[in-house]
Amino acid sequence: MATAKAADLVFEERKDFIMTKGKQKKNLKCDSDSLAGCVSQRACVYCGARVVLNPITDAVHLVHGPIGCSSYTWDIRGSLTSGPDLYRFSFSTDLKEEDVIFGGEKKLALAIDELVEKYHPKLVLVYSTCIVGVIGDDLEAVCKAASKKHGIEVIPVQSSGFIGNKSAGYRAACDALLRLIKPDGIRLKKTSSINYLGDFNLAGEVWIIKNYLRRLGIHVNVAFTGDSRFETLKTATRASLNMVQCAGSMIYLAQKMEEIYQIPYLNISFLGLEDTAASLRKTASFFNDESITASAEELIKKETAVVMEDIRWYKEKLQGKKAAIYVGGGFKAISLIKQFREIGIDVVMIGTQTGREEEYQTINDLVDEGAVVLDDANPSELEKFMVEKGAHLLVGGVKERPLAYKLGVAFIDHNHDRKHPLSGFVGAVNFAREVYSTLCSPVWKYV
Amino acid sequence: MKTNASNYRNVNENPCNMCMPMGGILPFKGIENSMVIIHGSQGCSTYMRRHIAEHFNEPIDIASSSLNEKGTIYGGEKNLKQGLDNLIRAYNPRIIGVLTTCLSETIGEDIDWIASDYLKERGMGDFPLITVPTPGYGGSHSEGYWLAVKKIIEKMGQKTPGHSGINVIVPNISPADIREIKRILNLMQVRFTLCPDFSDTLDRPFSRPYKKVPDGGTTLAEISEMPGAAATIQLGVTADDCISPGKYLETEFGVPLYNIPIPMGIGSTDLFIEVLKIIAGSAIPESLEQERGRLLDCMIDSHKYNFQGKSVIYGDPEQVYAVAKTCMENGVFPVVAASGSKAPRLMGLLKDIFKDHPGECTILNGTDFSTIRQESARMGANIAIGHSDGRYLTEREGIPLVRLGFPIHDRVGGQRLLSVGYTGTAMFLDRITNTLLEKKYKNYRSSVYQKFYQGAEPDSQCCMEGKGEAI
Repeated sequence: MATAKAADLVFEERKDFIMTKGKQKKNLKCDSDSLAGCVSQRACVYCGARVVLNPITDAVHLVHGPIGCSSYTWDIRGSLTSGPDLYRFSFSTDLKEEDVIFGGEKKLALAIDELVEKYHPKLVLVYSTCIVGVIGDDLEAVCKAASKKHGIEVIPVQSSGFIGNKSAGYRAACDALLRLIKPDGIRLKKTSSINYLGDFNLAGEVWIIKNYLRRLGIHVNVAFTGDSRFETLKTATRASLNMVQCAGSMIYLAQKMEEIYQIPYLNISFLGLEDTAASLRKTASFFNDESITASAEELIKKETAVVMEDIRWYKEKLQGKKAAIYVGGGFKAISLIKQFREIGIDVVMIGTQTGREEEYQTINDLVDEGAVVLDDANPSELEKFMVEKGAHLLVGGVKERPLAYKLGVAFIDHNHDRKHPLSGFVGAVNFAREVYSTLCSPVWKYV
Repeated sequence: MKTNASNYRNVNENPCNMCMPMGGILPFKGIENSMVIIHGSQGCSTYMRRHIAEHFNEPIDIASSSLNEKGTIYGGEKNLKQGLDNLIRAYNPRIIGVLTTCLSETIGEDIDWIASDYLKERGMGDFPLITVPTPGYGGSHSEGYWLAVKKIIEKMGQKTPGHSGINVIVPNISPADIREIKRILNLMQVRFTLCPDFSDTLDRPFSRPYKKVPDGGTTLAEISEMPGAAATIQLGVTADDCISPGKYLETEFGVPLYNIPIPMGIGSTDLFIEVLKIIAGSAIPESLEQERGRLLDCMIDSHKYNFQGKSVIYGDPEQVYAVAKTCMENGVFPVVAASGSKAPRLMGLLKDIFKDHPGECTILNGTDFSTIRQESARMGANIAIGHSDGRYLTEREGIPLVRLGFPIHDRVGGQRLLSVGYTGTAMFLDRITNTLLEKKYKNYRSSVYQKFYQGAEPDSQCCMEGKGEAI
């Protein structure tokens, strides 16, 4: 990869975070602090932790901090539930000036009491925010005391905003999950079921994958954390395999579970036809069971046949278009490159907020010569490279959408609050349909 | 009248307000060539960008000093200065707002000193770096908004010779509302400076090439002359004096202040026009009289439908007041009026207009949606008016929501919602009436059938809601 010429860049300090795929081989810099003032698209540690844990449907999610942190995260994810919906409430200790001066521990304890009495949860997750880290409230002690008092689990999530970037929040969430799944006494008896990590059941995506696996004869023990509940999460350690989709947020948990509970893990992705089929085969082969393998092949054949005609139709319409990608994590970015290829679209710019080194290597292997790869981008860079590379389409989240539209570029929402599934075979068609609906809309004729 | 004004609670369930820096950002977006940097951790600016972008459907660029652990322990001066350097390099603004957060306030950052030291170091003379202390725990977005407007005027306003123009200071209303107010001011042939004016910057027309900092906004030259104006009209009756920009102009420069409600509803719009007449001495043009007549016509056409509405009103204090007043005028009597912000002035004002209320209304101050929901159910509300978070009332209690205010993130067009002036009020009332009618049409066949054909327990839907008026 060739480093972008510093003179071309808006921010010289960012030159190691931006590469153009070429002849030179050099690793892209990533996982660092954001550059002040350049308008990074990243969120904070708390955000990372909250998005990972929030799909636990029957927990009280209590934000210990000022109101904003709770306000901006109230029910913003499209995670669906099969039952309890306490997770769709946003609780906050709503810290005020006097709490900052005198400490917020007492208020936190009273808040937990109040919520336990009102909602009778089995699990309370207490998120720490920036000021909690500064005023020195002892979250551990308050949670421990509350846990003892109410006979339920009260787990602190160490997610003060300034202690790192969004990935630190993923880790804080995984640490909280590790505490939660720790068996109380004797280890649970292993079963042949598997856990599915890194799917948040956006628009029911966990359900789609569970159904596929059921047809293979594989039982999903619990998903982390889409549509999960306290009781099922408690049984996580009895699974014989962890399937990891969103590696950025969950690889740490998978590694720890392998280390502590000897549960191996597989990286998979159910985004796009190619990755969905490959992931089903990979999962099936783990069991070394002919009937599972045969069922997998049968499912792939059958489901591919159902969608292939649609996909071909879209490919014909979309062939030759150029896409730019800017998403949260690496797994999504990688799958998107392949998924675009399936519908005849080349990726000319690709970046993530929190991609990891190995993920960027894979990205570099997959993209064509000349594609721009960038980590922790900002609007100035997104605009520059989208225009320079002649992208017809951007994939991103809420903040990126208006930028694309103002540039007269089509847009795909690949964010947390999407309302249609993008996973599996059905998701691949939804994706193609969305690409078609934005690229081929008549409105572009008028701008 | 029941008032719940408890000021200290242990837990907030489903917030009805946002934080102070969020409110502080918006006025800067209404100043020409302006940018904002938030001194705090990266997440604050990103969350607020997301929230604002989703409402306006506009790119919202807000910088952050991206405070990390080191900056938190040893001070964030270096981060903030570097952030300003980069911000200037990429956006080349003519004015920059520096807003604090919970984090920077708690670690005791002296942003005034950092800002002046920065200007000295960079040899930037009197470049307007406008510092606004906005700790998230210090108040809600409403206070952040007013304080930022005040700070902008404090810094940019110059002692200028008196002139005949008037200042118009607006709260957080929609870009469409701002455009309507400007149209009325022009109709009344008033020379004015409207501040902050985000009618173009946060609702910009599609055009190429894309500009990182949108055109429009109140100019710095205009703001500098605000202290010489003949009068200030401030649409901010709920704002406390200590954060009131109009009060500041009055106290410091003797600019007479007309602090009046948002011109929504017939009474408040009349008042707005009347004040313009007094200040500028201009006559009311016939076209405006006609608009007024059409509003009256609309009010009469819909009055019976509206009379069946029992409203729950929530949101920014200024807007809650304007909506409550309009509802009172039209018989959509409020049964719950609530603000997530602590707004003592609003409480007093509401009690005043509710004197003519034929029934009961619960007034909630500094509240959350859990409480609003509970009270709405208890009071039998059948229509909610406020921002998108009230969709929770629809989902949980079946109370339909007429979206108004900020943020509107589950529907498009929040920036285009027109609700002020005679014409805007009529459009607002139509939205209310049609929502009530939709509910009626959805239910009346089955409820009448159940009640009279099947003889089942009466459903409230088959009766006109209100005393002694069953069909």
